[in-house]
Amino acid sequence: MLRFTLLRLLWAIPTLLLVIVLAFLMVHAAPGGPFDAERALPPEIEANIARAYHLDEPLPQQFARYLNGILRGDLGPSYRYRDYSVSELIGKAIPVSLKLGVLAMALAVIVGISVGTLAALRQNSVLDRLTMGFAMTGISIPVFVVAPLLVLFFAVQLRWLPASWGGSTSGWRFLLPVVALALPQIAYIARLTRASMIEVLGSDFIRTARAQGLGTITMVRYHAMKPAMLPVLSYMGPAIAAILTGSVVVEEIFGIPGVGQFFIRGALNRDYTLVLGIVIFYAALVILLNLIVDVLYGFLDPRIRHR
Amino acid sequence: MNASLGLLQVMKEIRRSRSIMVSGGILVFVAALAVIGPFVSPHSYLTTDFDGRFIGPTLSNFHLFGTDDLGRDLFVRSLLGGRITLLVAIVASIVSLVIGVAYGAVAGYVGGRIDAVMMRAVDALYALPFIFLVILLMVVFERNFLLIFVAIGAINWLDMARIVRGQTISLKQREFIDAAKIIGVPAWRIIFRHITPNLLGVVVVYVTLTIPQAVLVESFLSFLGLGIQEPQTSLGALVNGGVSQMEQAPYLLLIPALLLAAILLCFNFLGDGLRDVLDPRQESA
Repeated sequence: MLRFTLLRLLWAIPTLLLVIVLAFLMVHAAPGGPFDAERALPPEIEANIARAYHLDEPLPQQFARYLNGILRGDLGPSYRYRDYSVSELIGKAIPVSLKLGVLAMALAVIVGISVGTLAALRQNSVLDRLTMGFAMTGISIPVFVVAPLLVLFFAVQLRWLPASWGGSTSGWRFLLPVVALALPQIAYIARLTRASMIEVLGSDFIRTARAQGLGTITMVRYHAMKPAMLPVLSYMGPAIAAILTGSVVVEEIFGIPGVGQFFIRGALNRDYTLVLGIVIFYAALVILLNLIVDVLYGFLDPRIRHR
Repeated sequence: MNASLGLLQVMKEIRRSRSIMVSGGILVFVAALAVIGPFVSPHSYLTTDFDGRFIGPTLSNFHLFGTDDLGRDLFVRSLLGGRITLLVAIVASIVSLVIGVAYGAVAGYVGGRIDAVMMRAVDALYALPFIFLVILLMVVFERNFLLIFVAIGAINWLDMARIVRGQTISLKQREFIDAAKIIGVPAWRIIFRHITPNLLGVVVVYVTLTIPQAVLVESFLSFLGLGIQEPQTSLGALVNGGVSQMEQAPYLLLIPALLLAAILLCFNFLGDGLRDVLDPRQESA
């Protein structure tokens, strides 16, 4: 088990390094400088700015400086938000994004697994068909379509909930963003759960359990749930990535001051260091969470561990 | 692909599948409308009309979907957006198809240590949040069409590579490949002339499943303002425009959003249906 974990960790490091190198090179291959303005600056001032941001150094040296900074949690200064470092901006934005992401993930897992299990237990019933039709729709429709439609109906037309973050301070303002973010994942997890639950319910050990007279609830709870959850668990990696991508959109639509909003603002303002820093932050997060999922999978499924 | 099914039988199965016929029919209809519609409509996607802003969907004056905040006809803009969305998705899927098939076929055919290294690389790439790198690419470079095609295509080839590799490994043990080897056909020629054509069934299924993913990425980028730029438009960009006009003119959001959702839904149903017919061993997840 220890060997397995270490091996995974060993693969995660070069992967992250690859992202950093790619992203860094991309930004530095950009045509034009980050401080090109409408009006040309005098050459002395340009040279000063370049020196202040270490842009006059050769590329390998800049990269070494940047990597060294990352190791100490410093992602450099922001080009557009003067007087702020990228790490400060990300740090300020993390709490609200984290809350949003964790709530959406929890909602997706709980509702998705429940709905999927119910559909599997009543296979081919009206309920099953309805939920699976809904799930297909949910998978197909992206967050940036779901979120505005939810706002249109529940905030603009019905006026039940606040349309934007700034318009309210109550906890209700989390509801629409979290639901919008979770819906596609609910659909995906429900489909996965249904498929694997049907397979598990058809297996021999479940027939034995039934033959011993176990009730449906006990049987699902103690026998079927764990093996049926393995495909769902392996989907957690992509799900995390999808929630992260979706949070960018949701934060932009609802005006939530999270990491995603900084990302978009940075992207549209060509704040290269900010975008670069957030890409690396997101990449590290995705890789780390994937690593945790992999290791968890190893714990739950002995077949993987002993390979 | 199920080897026991001949081409005729496959066609018959396809015609019998309701999800393929309905979703395929809708897609053909939308695509035809997107190609022909802008020529037929009396309005141009560019013409602004200050007196004709925010006209709701109406039959008069042929503003079927109404007009936007600049008085431009939404019907023509939606069709144009649909056209660009479909075009980007199809070209991007072809890019991912070419990369994925070449990579997977080479890895599967060569085998051994090279295969192991190539597949470990794919595993490692799987963990990468590509979409963020693509956004970075869009930020850094001028947003041109070609870059969008290549960037989106480069995200989606991993699944294709894995599936093609698996198929190649099973194909490579067949007699006709042995025969080709014996008469001295070089390896690259075996891969591209003898193995690749036999991958067709599987490839068709996965391309139809790749297209909605490419549509998603393109409209995501355009929604964020990083993809297709004005005055050109795509469905994602139209949804984004609709969001800002939501209180005044909800149809500006509803129509492009529903159109985009319908296209994605149809592609997913089509892919699922084709998979059931052509590749029955793969379970839908």
